[in-house]
Amino acid sequence: MNVINNKWIGSRTIRPDGADKVTGRASYSADTSMPGMIWGKVLRSPHAHARIVSIDTSRAEAHPGVKAVVTAKDIVEFPLDKSVMLGIQDMRWMSRNVLAREKVLFHGHPVAAVAAMSERIAAEACKLIEVVYEVLPHVIEIEEAIKPDAPILHDFLSFEGKPSNIAGKLEHKLGDVEAGFAKADVVIERHFKTRPVHQGYIEPHSALVSVVDGKAVIWSSSQGQFMVRAMTSLLTGIPQSDIRAIPAEIGGGFGGKTIIYLEPVATILAKKTGRPVKMVMTRDEVMRATGPTSGSMSTVKIGATKDGKIVAAQGTFYLQAGALPGSPIRGAAGCAFAPYDIPNVHSTGFDVVSNRSKVAAYRAPGAPIGAYAAECVLDEVAEALGMDPLELRLKNAARQGTKAAHGPVFPVIGFVDTIEAAIAHPHYKTPLGKLQGRGVASGFWFNAGGESSAQVNITEDGNVAVTTGHPDIGGSRASIANITAELLGIDYKRVSVLIGDTATIGYSNLTGGSRVLFASAMVVTQSTEKVIKTLCERAAKIWKIDPEAVVWEDGEAKPAGENAGKFPALSLVDIAAKASETGGPIGAGVQQNTQGAEGGFATHVCDVEVDPELGIVRVLRYTSFQDVGRAVHPSYVEGQMQGGAAQGIGWALSEEYLYDKNGKVDNASFLDYRMPVCSDLPMLDAVMIEVPNPKHPQGVRGVGEVPLVPPLAAVANAVANALGKRFYSLPMSPPRVLEVLDGA
Amino acid sequence: MTEIRYIAPSSLEEAIGAYAAAAGAARILAGGTDLLVQMRAGVVSPGTIIDIKKIAEATGIEETPEGGFRLGAAVSGAALAEHPRFGQAWPGVLEAVNLIGSTQVQGRASPGGNLCNGSPAGDSVPAMVAAGAVVTLQGPNGRRTMPVEAFPAGPGRTNLAPGEILVSFTLPPRPKGSSDAYLRMIPRTEMDIAVVGVGVNLTLENGTVTAARVGLGAVAPTVLLVEAAAKALIGSKLEEAALEAAAEACRAACKPIDDKRGTIVYRTKVAGVLLKRTVAIAAERAGRN
Ligand SMILES: Cc1cc2nc3c(=O)[nH]c(=O)nc-3n(C[C@H](O)[C@H](O)[C@H](O)COP(=O)(O)OP(=O)(O)OC[C@H]3O[C@@H](n4cnc5c(N)ncnc54)[C@H](O)[C@@H]3O)c2cc1C
Repeated sequence: MNVINNKWIGSRTIRPDGADKVTGRASYSADTSMPGMIWGKVLRSPHAHARIVSIDTSRAEAHPGVKAVVTAKDIVEFPLDKSVMLGIQDMRWMSRNVLAREKVLFHGHPVAAVAAMSERIAAEACKLIEVVYEVLPHVIEIEEAIKPDAPILHDFLSFEGKPSNIAGKLEHKLGDVEAGFAKADVVIERHFKTRPVHQGYIEPHSALVSVVDGKAVIWSSSQGQFMVRAMTSLLTGIPQSDIRAIPAEIGGGFGGKTIIYLEPVATILAKKTGRPVKMVMTRDEVMRATGPTSGSMSTVKIGATKDGKIVAAQGTFYLQAGALPGSPIRGAAGCAFAPYDIPNVHSTGFDVVSNRSKVAAYRAPGAPIGAYAAECVLDEVAEALGMDPLELRLKNAARQGTKAAHGPVFPVIGFVDTIEAAIAHPHYKTPLGKLQGRGVASGFWFNAGGESSAQVNITEDGNVAVTTGHPDIGGSRASIANITAELLGIDYKRVSVLIGDTATIGYSNLTGGSRVLFASAMVVTQSTEKVIKTLCERAAKIWKIDPEAVVWEDGEAKPAGENAGKFPALSLVDIAAKASETGGPIGAGVQQNTQGAEGGFATHVCDVEVDPELGIVRVLRYTSFQDVGRAVHPSYVEGQMQGGAAQGIGWALSEEYLYDKNGKVDNASFLDYRMPVCSDLPMLDAVMIEVPNPKHPQGVRGVGEVPLVPPLAAVANAVANALGKRFYSLPMSPPRVLEVLDGA
Repeated sequence: MTEIRYIAPSSLEEAIGAYAAAAGAARILAGGTDLLVQMRAGVVSPGTIIDIKKIAEATGIEETPEGGFRLGAAVSGAALAEHPRFGQAWPGVLEAVNLIGSTQVQGRASPGGNLCNGSPAGDSVPAMVAAGAVVTLQGPNGRRTMPVEAFPAGPGRTNLAPGEILVSFTLPPRPKGSSDAYLRMIPRTEMDIAVVGVGVNLTLENGTVTAARVGLGAVAPTVLLVEAAAKALIGSKLEEAALEAAAEACRAACKPIDDKRGTIVYRTKVAGVLLKRTVAIAAERAGRN
């Protein structure tokens, strides 16, 4: 591993999409148009919860300029009693999220869609669709939804034998927590709440679909063209071989584009009208009806002995699923205690439905929620023991051989290294002023492998074209080019990396789970190694020597062994020029279900200052320490770390969904849904620690999600340190901070 | 698709004529940073847009013979910032206007648009109220003036008569020892709407306040002139008791709503806090003049 000389791996090469993006030339889904194209618009529910009695589309259909109308009866029905899974998504829920069937389950839930000559006509026609609703009582918050007398969203859901909004439960157990707590000298138990937060991608969802002779072509903004193809196929009944999904540049996803909203609707409209149909959401629609991630209600109890050894940890995590089951309880319950070597763990997650939009993945889904509660309690344990919070973490840190409650025994991991780096960093020693505080927190994310395909081709002029199958959200093209250039021993500029569509590259799973570079580097490495083998064989043929007697070095084939020095070396260009005579085009592809993705760990240090009169918390300094495996393209890795910290700070301090009494989102805009802006944040420092993953050719570990795991607790612990008062609910927005301070 | 007529007359008379002719179907366009956003959101859909930026009186910055300033209603924040003397005389008004939006928005956004938009949270309005600005309006029935605090009528509403256009703001001459300041509370550091905004204008003589005006925004249906706060300051040397009395007057003047942008309790408390902080800045500046 890492035997290669690393000229390109680890270098900050110029990103291939950079110039396009800063000049506005980059082509996003909504930039695509077609001759004869018409526009689709969605009619959305005005109620948070209602039975659909009838839908009359006749007036809309008769409206001048309208070409077609669709409702749930136009898409494939997935009966409620039979689960059909696609990855982690159940198509029963996915289909009902795309178009409401029996009921509308949240304000903004799609009910129908219209295709018309213009977006305006389509919007007008939506208003002409007559929907008769039987309005039902709604429920928004978890604490209300789990009460015995709560309005029940789905008759088919029951929990412990009774109709319930609890859609599922997941439990991890290790050892015996009761026995563990009995041994503890300090036991601290606290209750926490977090609010749902949106992924906040700048680019709204968008799709353009053309259907000609029964064959569909889809241009859309997604984190996986193969996911788009599979889900659209399931929902429309069009076989996958007749759907071509083309990935565009993507203006952010953060997990929120791992599912579909518009694609099947636009496909059916296009099929009905025979015209290409384009649909683009407004920000209001994005905020109301896509994402967010779950809000939560948790209880965490941790026990430790006087010497600082954690002996037991227990967590209960209730997560909002939105209107249809499927919240990321696995992330919350599985990751909360995973950074630590704790003999007795009991961690339980509950999936709770309520009348909100269905949640979608958001970087390290569920894990920030679990870590928030666990890491805040740890901070209090350290305080009670009179121990430095990082020393407490170091003393209990998971290492190679530690058994995690969610199953695995950790291989080589760099968690300890992140804590030691934080302790040694100048940030941790810098004195603080009045009303300033410092907080720390750590975090874990599983990471993932899975299916990827790659094709590496040598062009006739001796350059390299690589095709992979994952939308590039975090820099995979630049990183793949670094790796290919390194392996071939050629200049980075000679490698061009493209994202194939579903017809031009083999099946590749989503861009998600921090899996893309891990998996695609594996298949690209194997493809490139095959290509190198072929290049050596071609050189051997030209020289008429045994292929085994040829080595590939510094971008050239050289005779080796007893032939060493006998022939002048042949470059990639030389061999490519003779490809036809020596056996034909040179290229290789590999398709694989990749294995060996190992977990990611991070430790964050945050300084804040509080204005106690206005309740404003400002982050003064922030440093992330992360085991990144191998930073193939360090700038992108730092960008991931900084982005996670920024999103986590927003989650901790300012972002939240506000609902009015009718169950309608009251702040569906970037003005009132307060994501941090640039001036809200200091420079976010990123310290990369490289403990290579032994199961990967370049040592890659996923880096994209763990950066969002520690910040909630790091900020909360810093605020507690500044004020000597703890907050158990997020966001710590100015009115809430004053409420707590004035409540003193 | 309905057509929108756009005109950019070069005289006020022409603009008023066109405005009257459109009989309610027209909108005045200054910087457009509210109007265009509202049109896109479908809140307003005017048949005619009358751009007033070609009218000299609406975009000029003039020093009056008495030693005050007259600002055209459509002057942009960026243009005001570049004036060599305005910011020395009225740093509080300038900082309030310049807080609107971002660099891009500043190239367009005007104090006239901010006032005519009628938002109780408009940033420049409390500073203008504190400054004692008088607005000049012109309509089919001629010209009239009114104190700026009399202009707003409620959220999104003004006391402009049908067909009237806001022409300019007149700011009074500055006695020695005068200055002003504006502070707002927003949860973020920029690109946000004031939860509370406070404008303070002071004149000091040997450390004693001889004149004061306080404007308070975002805590009632309209921006308020808080005379009781000014009274508490006048005659004082800004001792803690006077400041507390002025802060209390601001808190008492608040008639806020509980909404997504702030609770009643929060807005009320913050009004007092900001009053004290704004007075401190204005006094420090006045001491230098
Ligand atoms: C990104 C962004 C950020 C913003 N941030 C802030 C902020 O921080 N603080 C803040 O207060 N506001 C903010 N705003 C709102 C807006 O920029 C301000 O209210 C600005 O002052 C409006 O001025 P304008 O010249 O662009 O007005 P316009 O949009 O041109 O006009 C506003 C309204 O007033 C009417 N009108 C304008 N001039 C006249 C006139 N002379 N006579 C009669 N009617 C007239 C128009 O018809 C319209 O209804 C922001 C807006 C944006 C888009």
